[in-house]
Amino acid sequence: MSQPVELPDKIYVGPVIDEQHTLASISDKVGGVVLRRKITLGWTFGLLLSFAALQGLAGAATLLFVKGVGIWGINIPVGWGFAIINFVWWIGIGHAGTLISAILLLLNQSWRNAINRFAEAMTLFAVMCAGMFPVLHTGRPWLAYWLLPYPNTMWLWPQFRSPLAWDVFAVTTYLIISAVFWFVGLLPDLATLRDSSKKDWQKRTYGILAMGWRNSARHWQRYEKASLLLAGMATPLVVSVHTVVSFDFAVSLIPGWHTTIFPPYFVAGAIYSGFAMVLTLMIPVRKFYGLDDIITLRHLNNMAKVTLATALIVAYGYIMEAFFSYFSADKYEKFMIWNRMTGPYWWAYWTLILCNIITPQFLWSKKIRTSPGILWVISIVVNIGMWLERFVIVVTSLHRDFLPSSWGMYAPTVWDWATYVGTLGLFMFLIFLFVRVLPMITIFELRMLLPGARVKESVAR
Amino acid sequence: MTEQSDSLNLESVQKRLAQATGKSYWRSLDELFSTAGFQEFLHREFPRQAAEWIDDDGRRNFLKIMGASLALAGLTGCVKQPVEYVMPYVEEPEKLLAGKPVFYASGYPVAGLVSPILVETHDFRPTKVEGNPEHPASLGATDVPTQASVLGLYDPDRLQAVTYLDEARSYSSFMLSFLTALSQQRASAGAGICILTETVTSPTLGAQMQEVLKQFPAAKWYQWDGQGHGRRSGAELAFGQYVNPVYKFDQADVVFSIDGNFLGSGPGTVRYARDFASRRVLRGGVTTQSRFYAVEASPTSTGSKSDHRLPLKPSQIPVFTRALAAAVSGGQASGEVSTSKFFQAAVKDLLAAKGKSIVIAGEDQSAEIHALVHFMNQALENHGKTVLLTAPLEQKATDQYADLKALVADLNGGKVDLLLIIGGNPVFTAPAEFNLRGNFQKAKTRVRLGLYEDETAEVCQWRIPETHPFEQWSDGPAYDGTMSIMQPLIAPLYGGKSAHNMLAAFTDTPEKPDYLLVREYWQSKHTGADFEAWWKRAVHDGFVKGSAAAEVTATAKMPAAEAAVAGSAMEVSFHTDPYVLDGRYANNAWLQELPRPVTRLTWDNAVVMSEKTARDLDLKDEDRVELAVNGRSVWGSVWRVPGQPDGTVGVSLGYGRTRAGRAGTGAGFNANLLRSASSPTFATGVKLKNLGEKFPLAAVQHHFLMEGRAPVREGTLAEYIKDPLFVQKETETPPAGLTILPSDWQYKGYAWGMAIDLTACNGCNACVVACQAENNIAVVGKGQVLNTREMHWLRIDRYYSGDAANPRAHFQPVGCQHCENAPCEIVCPVAATVHDAEGLNNMVYNRCVGTRYCSNNCPYKVRRFNFLLYTDWDTESLKLQRNPDVTVRSRGVMEKCSFCVQRINYAKIMAEKEDRRVKDGEVITACQATCPADAIAFGDLNDPESKVSKWKREQLNYSLLGELNTRPRVTYLAEIRNPNPAVGEES
Repeated sequence: MSQPVELPDKIYVGPVIDEQHTLASISDKVGGVVLRRKITLGWTFGLLLSFAALQGLAGAATLLFVKGVGIWGINIPVGWGFAIINFVWWIGIGHAGTLISAILLLLNQSWRNAINRFAEAMTLFAVMCAGMFPVLHTGRPWLAYWLLPYPNTMWLWPQFRSPLAWDVFAVTTYLIISAVFWFVGLLPDLATLRDSSKKDWQKRTYGILAMGWRNSARHWQRYEKASLLLAGMATPLVVSVHTVVSFDFAVSLIPGWHTTIFPPYFVAGAIYSGFAMVLTLMIPVRKFYGLDDIITLRHLNNMAKVTLATALIVAYGYIMEAFFSYFSADKYEKFMIWNRMTGPYWWAYWTLILCNIITPQFLWSKKIRTSPGILWVISIVVNIGMWLERFVIVVTSLHRDFLPSSWGMYAPTVWDWATYVGTLGLFMFLIFLFVRVLPMITIFELRMLLPGARVKESVAR
Repeated sequence: MTEQSDSLNLESVQKRLAQATGKSYWRSLDELFSTAGFQEFLHREFPRQAAEWIDDDGRRNFLKIMGASLALAGLTGCVKQPVEYVMPYVEEPEKLLAGKPVFYASGYPVAGLVSPILVETHDFRPTKVEGNPEHPASLGATDVPTQASVLGLYDPDRLQAVTYLDEARSYSSFMLSFLTALSQQRASAGAGICILTETVTSPTLGAQMQEVLKQFPAAKWYQWDGQGHGRRSGAELAFGQYVNPVYKFDQADVVFSIDGNFLGSGPGTVRYARDFASRRVLRGGVTTQSRFYAVEASPTSTGSKSDHRLPLKPSQIPVFTRALAAAVSGGQASGEVSTSKFFQAAVKDLLAAKGKSIVIAGEDQSAEIHALVHFMNQALENHGKTVLLTAPLEQKATDQYADLKALVADLNGGKVDLLLIIGGNPVFTAPAEFNLRGNFQKAKTRVRLGLYEDETAEVCQWRIPETHPFEQWSDGPAYDGTMSIMQPLIAPLYGGKSAHNMLAAFTDTPEKPDYLLVREYWQSKHTGADFEAWWKRAVHDGFVKGSAAAEVTATAKMPAAEAAVAGSAMEVSFHTDPYVLDGRYANNAWLQELPRPVTRLTWDNAVVMSEKTARDLDLKDEDRVELAVNGRSVWGSVWRVPGQPDGTVGVSLGYGRTRAGRAGTGAGFNANLLRSASSPTFATGVKLKNLGEKFPLAAVQHHFLMEGRAPVREGTLAEYIKDPLFVQKETETPPAGLTILPSDWQYKGYAWGMAIDLTACNGCNACVVACQAENNIAVVGKGQVLNTREMHWLRIDRYYSGDAANPRAHFQPVGCQHCENAPCEIVCPVAATVHDAEGLNNMVYNRCVGTRYCSNNCPYKVRRFNFLLYTDWDTESLKLQRNPDVTVRSRGVMEKCSFCVQRINYAKIMAEKEDRRVKDGEVITACQATCPADAIAFGDLNDPESKVSKWKREQLNYSLLGELNTRPRVTYLAEIRNPNPAVGEES
């Protein structure tokens, strides 16, 4: 029976949705952001700022095509730098969206309904940012399509033993499934927008996008089936994509990469960073668009809990990494962890520990979990920490590997930064557009959260 | 037609075209085309002067211009491909088979001594230099400058035209004014003529010079090279006559070097390295080694190979050498230096090995040291056994400092009307006190024959481009006097003239070609009727067999004690750079980017000091410091090198060129400015001032400790005899077949492999340049080296072990290890690096998209990536150098050692034609061919009798990082030294 379980006061932080809402008020509130809200100065400023940052990517990528990847700081021995760090970071961020929309859907966690659309959009945009890096980072990006398995006159396939070839499959699958899942989920809401818009062009645009959705029972029935199927397909991706990404490292023989703990540790890290990113974005959006009655403290609390849980898994990963290095009695492994902690990049390692292990411990406190401001700061710290984690993995493992003669250092150039900031710009630019042109919250799923809907549901059962 | 003034007629067009030459021809056509008059002229239906059409000649010209204008019109839009004709040979040139290189024997003079070489040419383009295997000074190997010489040939910065006061002239106009000047001198028997040359060793040039001096008896001939001064004057000091010492390291049980770098540069270095190594390597059951003591003012690659090394302040070296001379000649050594265990053990060893030892002094050392060394070798009865004394190799051995003094005196006396400077670069290389830059300008007419528009050319009115040694006929001796005949391999690229041509101008036959000059000289020496056959043989072989200089007998005396220079708290020692020497090869980018064996620096020299000195002065690496001696100062960057004596700095000469060219100008600082003629080897009372800023130095290696990983396995002879398998016990190597990948492949055909004997390798880097030349490896420049992006396929790692202040240094050449379980291959997503059926790990450039994953996964980090477009695709002359058998790589692709796969395939094709297997020794990789120490073996592992198979069966054989189960095809023979137990841990 779906009577809400009475939670003890200690845990209960409020309802999933403000009880005052009605079916109409939800449509009006969420749809209104898109259809009627005036373009504000803040939004314009944010859009322009992110667009300006995006130009960094455009400039850096242009120069990269003209001159080569040598404009970055990479070298021998550190053949991968910012590009791969950013790739892993962005891919990781995407994972929260998939987890929220797929796994939580299957687990019937109805509180996810207020945040899944936004998280999915974030996934899509993050994967777009991520997907750019593997192409840009190749020495001859115009030939990067050779990584795809397509019949060709050379009679050559990709080399299927290479984790990079697996990566191509993992990431493209992820991008396709995420996009389809997101778009299918949008259909009923697009129809709602079509129906409630007053302007002709809005009607037409949303009408085309809604693909003829008429709210018929058959539509709903197919929709539910498709959702479940897509959720079923997306669920393994939550685990598999970052597992494959971790194989890029784990399959190699470089100390600091060659480790079996990487797949679970990467997946946990991905969800960790993803939830942090959702918090980073949600908290301001909720404030600026007055959605705190829809995205409630309950949501923030839940997300903070997931963040804490994954933080602990990640912490376990770090500890095990260090322990294995010691326990392996392998001189290269031992040196690797020692070098991470005390070598030239010690600051990165210890900042990462501070950001990823120490900081999230504050989330044990319910007070902090329900203070949006503090939570926002913590989420930023975690984002930085997770970026540093990838920096530590990529750079400190490579820069001092087996032969001391080939040890070197890595320092990013202005173009590394421009590319990275540029993808942040792209991401934010898309987010800004998204909140204005599409319903950032799933209207029809929210309706299900209302007491009325619930009654009907229980009646139906 | 009213605007007559604007319009043109054919005559005026022709006139304007006739005025223009060269580049301006096109400029004026362009101008013509754009003038309204010309347009009008073209478009007029009937040309103004229709008479042109009748006049045959005029019509042709008219059509020519029409054609040109049409072609130019095309330039504005699409250009139609011009018609180019492929012209087959009507008669095939002798020995030319397309795609098959032809080798010519010749020679390349390095500081006067000719390296015997075979030059590989493709379609008459010299592309690669190999040593001449039949010549005793080479045995197939070369030194570093010789190996890099082919780049010098194609150097785009070479002087390309005769100029007078910076204006281009023709050579004939030079000859006209030169011959006029000479005829004016005839009255005074040439009293106003002064010829400054490098050390002349070519007998033809020497004979020509005698002829010049016969014609102009009052003319002066001076020589300045800066190289070998101590060697020449030391012999004179010891024996009272000039002699040339030739060392037989293969006969020596004990070697004692005083600041010498005989394995790295200087006369005979190639042969010495081979002979020295032959007494050190322990292959084939040998269990004896020579013993090598070294005293050094600054660490060299030679000292790195010693069993015992003693860093000494330069002011202490004469003191030490005198004490040693006293001790080995039966006298009583006195002073503090003689109390060390090192000294006593060395004396004991030397005395025990009378007639089987060598004492050798460094090229940069003073005459006194060289004289003492001669005296010691005599006292140790080495003369005629391990040390041969021959007639001098110079055509006229002189004290070149005295020559310079006399020249400056002549210049100051206003006696020089015509100064002819042939080769060298005295303005840069002479010590500052001679002020040649200023003094040269006191000569009325200054003529410079040189390869470059360098510092010396700057102060000369006439600049004549000199031929590169590959563009001329000449001759000259190797270290033992064996005469090479040098033949041209290519017509002069820039219409240069040789020194022979220049001296011929003084005679009755000023235009006589150098071919006849050289040939006639040799005809005068070999007067037999068989001269033609003899000459052909000599040119074919590249040298005159059995022409080694005759031995002389001379008795050395102990040189009178000079007043010892008092030491000071801070001293500086000067060292000729092993690669660019005194700066003459400064514009050779291969040499600039070749890491120095000890400092591992490229593109710069440095102020080398020990860790302790740096700490005492509160200096760190790359701190810019001012070095001041006697009021003269230069600035350089600090580089800490263990083994440098405390309280001293070592600097190399040959840097700080101001007019070298695009590679050499601005590289490093000019330490020559601190030197004085009275003490060219070191200076005391040095002041160091921290300028408080950094000047980055581009090192290719930053970490020199082995971190307990033992990439270089080493031991002593005693340990090896006690336990010959000690090397094998250091790590466990996984058993064969331990892999999850299918490993059932059998190498049934060939299985290529390499073995490198670390006991033999002396870190000279000749292999690295050879690899660069053979495999079209790009130069990246200092900025890229600073970011560790150098492209060398082969690198020589250098590690230290033992005492931190005076460590043992180890060299280890590392290229692609061609692992059987190659970590790079499984991670490449596009299969751009793959294994072949003979065990080569191949790189498919065309397939590479540049993910760099292979490099990340390579535990040896031997892969090199074209981060940017490193290959020079624009400079035409450099294209001629490229080896047509090796792909020229562009940006974005990975590359690495291929085991010289082009050479393997060449040998396989040759063998297939004869229906046989490739024989051992038929495939010689570029690095192996040029290795002076014979430290590299390459061949088929399936042939148990091949050299490499035998090496790999040695007990000292081990795999680098073998514990990773990569199963490399390259293995190493551990480094074994022979320290004297009596010295213990002291040094």
